[in-house]
Amino acid sequence: MQNRGLYIRRKMTNQLFRMLSVAAALFGIVWLTLILYSLITNGIEGFSLKLFTEMTPPPGEAGGLANAIAGSLLMSTLAVLVGTPIGLFAGTYLAEYGRYSAVAFVVRFVNDILLSAPSIVIGLFIYEILVVRLGHFSAWAGAAALAVIVIPVVVRTTENMLLLVPHTLREAAAALGAPRSHVIRAVTWRAARAGIITGVLLAVARISGETAPLLFTALNNQFWSTDFNQPMASLPAVIFQFALSPYEDWHHLAWAGALLVTAAVLTLSIFARVLGSKRSS
Amino acid sequence: MVDAALTENFAAQGQLSSVALSRADMRFRLFTQVAAIFVVIVFIGIMASLTIGAWDSIKAFGFGFLTTEKWNPVTEIFGAAAPIYGTLVTSFLAMLIAVPIGIGIAIFLTELCPRPLRRPIGIAIELLAGIPSIIYGIWGLFVFAPAFQQGIQPWLIDLFVDVPYLQDLFAGPPYGIGAFTASLILSIMILPFISAVTRDVFETVPTMLKEAAYGLGCTTWEVMWRVVLPFSRAGVVGGSMLALGRALGETMAVTFVIGNAHRISESVFAPGTTISAAIANEFTEAVGDVYRASLIEMGLILFFITFIVLAVAQIMLRTLERRAGGAKP
Repeated sequence: MQNRGLYIRRKMTNQLFRMLSVAAALFGIVWLTLILYSLITNGIEGFSLKLFTEMTPPPGEAGGLANAIAGSLLMSTLAVLVGTPIGLFAGTYLAEYGRYSAVAFVVRFVNDILLSAPSIVIGLFIYEILVVRLGHFSAWAGAAALAVIVIPVVVRTTENMLLLVPHTLREAAAALGAPRSHVIRAVTWRAARAGIITGVLLAVARISGETAPLLFTALNNQFWSTDFNQPMASLPAVIFQFALSPYEDWHHLAWAGALLVTAAVLTLSIFARVLGSKRSS
Repeated sequence: MVDAALTENFAAQGQLSSVALSRADMRFRLFTQVAAIFVVIVFIGIMASLTIGAWDSIKAFGFGFLTTEKWNPVTEIFGAAAPIYGTLVTSFLAMLIAVPIGIGIAIFLTELCPRPLRRPIGIAIELLAGIPSIIYGIWGLFVFAPAFQQGIQPWLIDLFVDVPYLQDLFAGPPYGIGAFTASLILSIMILPFISAVTRDVFETVPTMLKEAAYGLGCTTWEVMWRVVLPFSRAGVVGGSMLALGRALGETMAVTFVIGNAHRISESVFAPGTTISAAIANEFTEAVGDVYRASLIEMGLILFFITFIVLAVAQIMLRTLERRAGGAKP
């Protein structure tokens, strides 16, 4: 019966370990709940039509976030329009043409580094090559910084999705006499469409919350502006400015903006996930 | 040869001549190639432009920049020791908290969780990764820091007041904000990265191995510790390095709660700064070439550190992928 002690000890260790890993999962879920809870309770009172129609106010006055919302939409749209084709083509090269070549190896490596590179460094990069050259902050620079963030996301998902397309599809198309580029455009892209769109949506979700690369590229703007040559407001930059200010009204607006950004980002990423899982099932 | 024949065949059906068609084909290929190389150009561009931007500071301070703690915009003497220290300490603490918990979550999701709950809980954890970092920042500043300051921090300081070493580590007035708060928020942010990668590599462990161990009478803990973890070690380390890369470069969340003080303190409760927080806070207000160049040089250092960490992460994950025979996309 000397094994009894060992048996009990093993069982206890196992129970302890099981409890710890349940606790770990709870830990994650509790934080998510806490964050979402305080976002909703603090943000909801600032939610009204005014939020979408009025400009960011000076301290002590009522106002909304219309210019920031518009700025975020404009810059994100431009960034996606520029970044998506580059990412799509680069991803296509990796999956279709390069695949095992040395160039593809380097591109893949560098792309995965850029995917996780600190976004503030990307802001500094665009500052150096655009803001310094042009001599002023501008929405162009902001959009360029966001585009640099979009590209690696789209490259990665495009390549992954194209690799999932069965090789027989390509061979069938080639057997019909289609040149390589036609095979890619008419067959593989089409087969991987849902996945590629998922990647773009994830990229949009990622850049809608990015603050650091906008701070010294697009800067901020208290007024309505759609001129890409001027500094432009964006939701994250306004949240940053307002939250660190000492004014109560600004804090309320910051919370409302935070709720808006989070709602948009989470909706986008859930939508992308649903789209993505439909593809793989 | 085959390509040319195919092209000819295809062209015969349409109006395009085979030459035009094959030229269009080449052009398309070239486009994709240029786009792929563009990615590399961006990368080189980042390093080159930051080096050029930082030149004034590199020239003025040399290697001393890395070891000087002074940060004085008035006399224009800058050293990055405090922010580098802050970056490393906050990331280290964050990893200390997040790695065990992230692995715990992955184990829970692969082994313990009832099947119908697996997806919802997995998605909930991954949503943590979706929340923008500025949201963590504003939440940390307005909700977490005050609660921490009143509830937990005084208790921790009292708890360790007579313990050697720890009393210095947990010393000082409870500000609420500081390196410890920043680390805790960072750990919540990187948790989903660790658990997602770890879960994926756990799933590459052959079921046969696990079943063999269970068949010998092993408990869940023994299967995880003796079979699954050794098998997937490279992946777990790679995933953690990936998360470390994120933690090192994280800006907004940290900027809100670190306190922005350019000094090195023994206590984790004292305000400090990190590279990214210092840049975010001071860059637009930096007057003078040397000041600005110093901030850019810190960006370069940050890029360099994260590059090494991420490169190691990639190499480890790639090795694993190759061993798994490309089972996972």
